[in-house]
This record gives sequence, C-alpha cells and structure tokens, in this order.
Amino acid sequence: MPSAFRRFSWPLLAAMVLAGPLAGQDIIKVGEVASLTGKEAAFGQSSHKGTLLAIEDLNAGGGLLGRQLDLVTEDNQSKQGESATAARKLISRDKVVALLGEVASSRSLEMAPLAQASRVPMISPSSTNPKVTAVGNYIFRVCFIDPFQGTVMAKFALDTLKLHRAAVLASVSSAYSVGLAKYFKEGFVKGGGEIALEQKYSEGDKDFKAQLTVIKAAGVDGIFVPGYYTEAALICIQARELGLKVPIFGGDGWEGSPLIEIGGQAVEGTFYSTHYSPDNAAPVVQDFVKKFRARFGGETPDAMAALGYDSAMVLAAAIKRAGTTEGPKVRDEIAATRDYPGVTGNTTIDADRNASKAAAIFTVKDGKFKFVESIAP
Amino acid sequence: MSEFFQQSLNGLSLGAIYALIALGYTMVYGVLRFINFAHADVFMVGAFLGYYLAKLVPAASLWGGLAVMAGAMVGCALLGILIERLAYRPLRRGPTLNVLITAIGVSLLLEYSGQLGFGAAPRTFPVLFPQRDLRIGGLVISSTQVLVIVVAAALLLALQGIVHRTRIGTAMRALSLNATAAQLVGINTDVVISFTFGLGSALAAAGGILYAMNYPSIDPLMGVMPGLKAFVAAVLGGIGNIPGAALGGLILGLVETFVAGSPWSTYKDAIAFGVLIVILLCRPAGLLGKFTVEKV
Amino acid sequence: MPKPHLALLAALAAAGVIARCSGLIDPYYLDVLTIIGINVILAVSLNLVNGYTGQFSLGHAGFMSVGAYLSAAVSLFLGPRLLGPDPSALGQGLFFLGALLAGGLAAAAAGWVVGIPSLRLRGDYLAIVTLAFGEIIRVVFQNVDALGGALGLNGIPPYTTIFWVLAFAALTIFTVTCLVHSTYGRGFLAVHDDEIAAAAVGLNPTRYKIVAFVVSAFFAGIAGGLYGHFRLTITPAGFDFTKSIEIVVMVILGGMGNTPGVILAAILLTLLPELLRPVAEYRMIIYSLLLIVLMILRPQGLFSLKLGRRKPAGD
Repeated sequence: MPSAFRRFSWPLLAAMVLAGPLAGQDIIKVGEVASLTGKEAAFGQSSHKGTLLAIEDLNAGGGLLGRQLDLVTEDNQSKQGESATAARKLISRDKVVALLGEVASSRSLEMAPLAQASRVPMISPSSTNPKVTAVGNYIFRVCFIDPFQGTVMAKFALDTLKLHRAAVLASVSSAYSVGLAKYFKEGFVKGGGEIALEQKYSEGDKDFKAQLTVIKAAGVDGIFVPGYYTEAALICIQARELGLKVPIFGGDGWEGSPLIEIGGQAVEGTFYSTHYSPDNAAPVVQDFVKKFRARFGGETPDAMAALGYDSAMVLAAAIKRAGTTEGPKVRDEIAATRDYPGVTGNTTIDADRNASKAAAIFTVKDGKFKFVESIAP
Repeated sequence: MSEFFQQSLNGLSLGAIYALIALGYTMVYGVLRFINFAHADVFMVGAFLGYYLAKLVPAASLWGGLAVMAGAMVGCALLGILIERLAYRPLRRGPTLNVLITAIGVSLLLEYSGQLGFGAAPRTFPVLFPQRDLRIGGLVISSTQVLVIVVAAALLLALQGIVHRTRIGTAMRALSLNATAAQLVGINTDVVISFTFGLGSALAAAGGILYAMNYPSIDPLMGVMPGLKAFVAAVLGGIGNIPGAALGGLILGLVETFVAGSPWSTYKDAIAFGVLIVILLCRPAGLLGKFTVEKV
Repeated sequence: MPKPHLALLAALAAAGVIARCSGLIDPYYLDVLTIIGINVILAVSLNLVNGYTGQFSLGHAGFMSVGAYLSAAVSLFLGPRLLGPDPSALGQGLFFLGALLAGGLAAAAAGWVVGIPSLRLRGDYLAIVTLAFGEIIRVVFQNVDALGGALGLNGIPPYTTIFWVLAFAALTIFTVTCLVHSTYGRGFLAVHDDEIAAAAVGLNPTRYKIVAFVVSAFFAGIAGGLYGHFRLTITPAGFDFTKSIEIVVMVILGGMGNTPGVILAAILLTLLPELLRPVAEYRMIIYSLLLIVLMILRPQGLFSLKLGRRKPAGD
C-alpha cells in the first residue's frame, strides 16, 4: 500500500487541485428554483421544462461564451420558506451566475432579497406582483405585471366586449388572482363601467355554482375570472350549466391546453389575455412548440413553459452581450434588453425591470385558441 | 326564490360527496378509534382508477359508467386492505397516535407518488354517464348532480344495511363497542378490520368518481381539501356514527354553498369551520354522537 | 445556581460564540441551522401540549402565524417611527426583542381564546377544533388587506440572526423543562395520565390544560416572529394545517413528552429534506416511507427515556 500510494498520490492530488477551478471554468452554472412537487407542481414542472429546453438548446448550439451551461434546479415543494433555502444553496454552494424563478410572486419575494444582497441577477418567468422587482435592481421579470394586465382586460371589456356591468369571480388565496382583480376593477370603473359584485373562491375549489348562482341573479353582462385554467374551465362549465350565457374572460393564467380539454364546449367564445399561444403562427413560436413537443413526448407547451424558456433565453442573450458572467455586468445587460424576439412576444425590459410587451387577447373557437387583438402597453 | 332552491340543490350535491367521504372516516374511526389520514388520498386513487378504466368502456353509457365505478371501488377496496395490512396492523397494539403518523406517511406517499406517477398536471375526467340538464322555471338541475345525490343515498342505505343486517356488520359494531370483548366472543378482529377498511375505501372510490364526474378535473392532490372538509363533517355529525357522517356532510355542503353565494364568500372556509366549532361547543360529541360517560 | 439555570447561561454563551463565528459558516448551512432552531422551538413548545399534557392540538401553525404577523407588523409599521433612520445595534436589538415578545404575547392571547372553548373537548374532537381554529386564522389573515392579504407581508427587516434563534431555542427548552419539573408539570402529567383521577384528587384539569396551551402558543408566536424576520416574507398559506402536521410529526417521532427526543426529531426532520436534495423528485416519497418505517420499527418514538414512568393500568 505505502509505495503505490506515494507514487500516485502527488499527481492525483495535483490533478484534483488543478481540476477543481479548471472544471469550474468550463461550465456556466445557472440556478433555477421551481415548484416541482406539491400544490403548484403543474406550474413549476411546466416552467422547468421550458427553462430546461432553453438550456439544452443553447448547449446544442455551442453554449455561451464557449462554455456549456449547467442548469441546477432546486425544488421548493410549493412550500413557503423553501425557496429561500434553495436560493441560498444555489448562490453559496453551487455558485450560480444567475437565478431563474419563481413562478409565484410570494416565493419570488423570498428569493429576491437574497439574490439582491449577493448581487446575483434574478429573472422571474411569471411572477406578476409589482413588489417583486421593487426589491432591488438585480431582480427582473419577463412577464406582464398585474397593473398592466388588469388594465388591458378592463379596456378590452369596455371597448371590445362593450360591457357596462361586470362581475368578478376571483380566488381569495392566490396573490395573482387578487392582484389582477384589483387592477381590473380599477380600470373598469375608471372607464365608466360598474362592478356589480365580486365573489370569491379558494384555490383547489371545484364547485362554483354557489357563486355563479348569485352572479346570475345579479344580471351582469360579463364575468371576469382572474384565475388559473384549472378553475377557469370548471367555472365556464358550471356557468353554462346554470344558464349563464354572458361573456366570461380572464388573464394569462387561463393559458394552457387543459382549458379546452376540461372546458370543452363551455369555453367556446371566452376570452383571455396572454403573451403566448401555441396556435400563434409566428415562426419563433412554432419553432419552440415543435422543439418542446419533440423533447417532452408530444406535450404542448403552455404559457408557463414559454415564459420559462424566455427567462433563460433573455438571460443568455444578456450574458452574451456582456461577454462575461460577472453579476453586475450581466445585470446591466439584462436591464438593457430591447425588443428581444421571445416566444412570449417582443420583450423589452423597462426601467422598473419589468417586461414591456403587448398583450394578445385570445378566444376559443372550434376547440382551438384564436387570436383576437393585440393591446400594446 | 329560485335562487334559494338552486343553492339548496348545489349544497345538497356538494354535501352528498362530503358525506360519502365522511362515511369512510367515521367507519374506520368507529371500529379502530383512529383517523385514517390516507382516506382522502384513496379517494384520489379512486378517481384516477376511474379515469384509466373509463378508457376501456364507451363514453356516456349507463352500463359503462356503473362498470367503471364498480371497478374503481374494488380496486380501492384492495388498496385499503393492503394499506391496513402493511402499515397499520403492525401498530395496532400501540398508542393510536403512532398509527396517526403512519397514516400521515401513507397519505403523503400516495400524494407524491401520484404526482410522480400520474404527473402533477390536471387531467380531464371523461364523461361516464349520459348527461342531461333539466330546466324547471329558473332552476337548473344537472343530471350529474342528481346522480351524485342518488348514488350517495343508495350507498348510505347499503352501508346501513351491511352494518345492521349482516353478521360482519354486527361484528363491526361489536368491535367498535369493545375490541377485547369482541375477541372474547370469537370475532376474528383481523378479518373484520380488513373488511372495514375495504368497505371504507370502496366508498371513498365511489366518492372520488362522483366528485370527478361533477368536477371533471383530477390531479394527485385533489383529495386534500375534500378530505379535510369530510373529516370535519364526520366529526360534526359525531365521529363513529354513520348517519351522523351523512348529516354532517350535508350540513357542511349546504353551509359552504350558501356562504359562497353570499357577500361573505371570501370567508367561506372560515365560516364552515366556525359552524363546526359552534356546534361542537353546544354538543361536544357531535350532532348525533353519544357522549360516553366514562366509568371510573 | 440550580442546574437548569446554569445550562441556560451556558447555552446562551454558546449561542453568542456561534453567532460571532457565523461569518465562517457557509450561508447555506447557516440557513439550515437557523431553520432547525426555529423548528426546535416549535416542536418543543408543541410537545408541552401534545406530549406532556396529552392534548392533541393540530393548530400550532395558527399560533405561529399570529406571532409572525404581529411581530412583522410591528417591525414594518412601528419600526421606522420608533427607530429612526439610523438605529444603533442595541436599539435595533431591543426593538426586535420587543417585536418578538409582542408577537409571542399575541399568540399566547390567541392560545387563550382558542383554548378556553376547545379544552372542554376530548381527544379527536379537540384535534379537529384546533385544526379548525388554525384554518380560521389563516382565512382571516388572507382577507385582511392591511396585512397583505394573499400575498402576505414582505420586506420585513432581517433582524433574525443565529444568535436570536439559538438563544430562544435554549430559552424554550429551559422554560418547558423547568415547567415540567415543577408542580405545574405534575399537573400536566396528571391530566395526561387520567383526567378524571386528577379531578378526583382536586386538580382543575382545564386550568392546567390552558396553561400548557398558552405557554406553548407563546413560544410558537416567538418562533413565528423569528421566522418572519428571517425569511422576510410571510403568507397565510404558509401556515396551513400541513405545517401544523409537520410539527406534530416531529413531536410524535421524538417520543411524546420527551424533550431531548423531540429536539432530535426536529433536527432530523429538518435535515432530511436537505440531505435528500439530490433526489428531489423522490424526496417526499422517501420522507413518507421513512415515517411509515420508523413508526413500525420504533413505535415508542426515536428516543424513549422512560423517566421512571410506568404505563397506567387498565390502558
């Protein structure tokens, strides 16, 4: 044992010592915090798939700055508090150059102070509450914020749908829903409309007949449902069952094939605002959809996946422009993103580090999503 | 006025589902004195079994629907018996709180395995029975709502029949009164307990399918909230009491529905729980529960 | 000086030393250590009710949330006015202590309000009522816009350091241990063993139950305050019955009424998900399987120090 050990130990030791930093040099580590399990696993998994596809795409094309990318993903089980631990691990143990995440605003708010303090740029794919980017200048997002989308839908409801009296059916336990509802109501009332009543439900609820019965009795000309596709589909079904024929419309949370799969006939003629649709004929979108389906067994990407993809791509473009992975320089380049041709639309990062892009209103016709109009910021 | 009737119908339909799930909780509690946390997840497995079995039968047919329901009930009965055999039986002699932890473990196992196996994204539950809506005046009655109420009532009556008219039912009641004495008179506790679990799980499966028929979106965590509400319903009616569970379920469904249709819809869950607390304060053993005087 | 007091002082000193060296510890490990500390406070305080007094409470997370929200509200709304633009370390520390105590007292008050009606109920009924109260607290917070509603409170100043967490953990263990070894403790154990017999010898079971409940709620509130000022964001959904059950699992796994066991269980159950990160997809599956296996193999809890107590007759 002794002589063999002595013969190989020094070269081995030297190799290990040198290999460490050298190995680090060849890989760019990007951190991702997502809810891969737990209550919001559907959204986290979707977002993760989009991000993963982007990283794999970039690596296939030669990587960034001549180096391959490594996506280090941590699961937060959709639980409060876990995103912060995951972010800390990614920053101090894995030494990632940037953080991607999270889908939910409350979990992004856990990560943001850590990213800001460590000067690690963070891009959230789909957190819509204005407070997230307000944490600091290292925090960005590639999606709309609630004030913008709420106003867009209010404008659409007033100008295109010509509604005067609307009802709002929002989730009391989702910050996204509450936020979107608030800004819609403001916009609708400011434009001369009247909010007849607002009913609430909780995440995970399946029965909305009680709320819809009361809405029906109130005699409104439209219902705004700022929720996710899971509830939206059921709400449309139950509304039609109760004989409610008025237009039902919502926000980008509606985007997802389960809306039509579950909703079926009931979602025909409903509207929602989004930044992405798989039926969008634009080449960059169709390219993405094709690649996604090929990679993930025929699954059609939804808005979360598209935003996950764009968050990674915007980061990559910024790193490329910066020519380095140093935090401050990458941060500056992300902030300088102008007219990036993303899957979720032409993206410009504005002064508040939010994405400035047009909202597209879609409807469902003959079992497919159909573009209606575009509303610019 | 029609709004009141509509809400009542909505509430009864929701309550019937809570009642079905609550029956399983209350049966197992009655016989074993323990809260089977995994019950709500057996409900979820039932719905998923129904989803996969439905691919084998033609859609929207009466016989197809009944076959799927029967198949799911049998499957979940087996699952329930298996869980009891593997996870609960070894702990039967110990304090009930330990079995509670095991039950929590089984519940988590089913939920997360479901997310891994079935995928976390919600799936559309196919149309099992022919659907038709009836409109009377301003009232809309969907055939699914009626089916839920009818099937739940039928199952409840069948359960009462089993518990009060069959030998094994009598054995269950004996076991719930005094386990040691039951053994002394020659009842095979293992068999009776397995049967209880199987029966409760079959009811959960039926509940799962009816729930999925009414709300056609299923996912591995779908049992969490209905399970909690059904548990509350079971306690409300007096835990261990079968008609109590049904009553508790109906009351909870009605309260929740009427509050959801009111201006306080945002407090719906809190009010449902609040009602529970108030009732328990007035009747500490639940509505139909008997407060057993402890002889010292 | 009696032994427990010496131990407390030693623990506080150790906390101070660790805090001084905290710059040398990897931030991730420090993060996990802080959470372990908070979980220890939660588990040890719940153990007082569930373990020693034998009352099955499923609403602990509700009290934690009351403490978290109140202390965060104090820091966010009163902080700027009381502290001024450039507070000294001492000033900040005293303010934080005040905020934590306010949160703890509010949680204790909530414990009293919840305890008075609930503690007349037995066993599983008590469990369901405490669970119901926990959920009601959650829904109320969700609907109070001033406290952030569904998004909760964020931007909470980061006052929690490893020193505070370790110090309060030591304090909680000290208080619970001293309480249990006092005449109050005899009362708790009597109520746990046989409520009717206890009443027959002249104890008021309800009084002891309420004391246990309120003390336990106080520390849950402190833990909540520490948590809020550590994570800097709190939401109502994070304090739901799933969280309560997590803490209950720690208590039962540690061996009910066994403080060292419960501490170890808290540490183990906090570390386990972190250690299982490489297999993130299977983490919860492994966790749940471990729970099942552990209970089957060691039903008396991980550590059973019998403490010379015999099983009550006629069980």
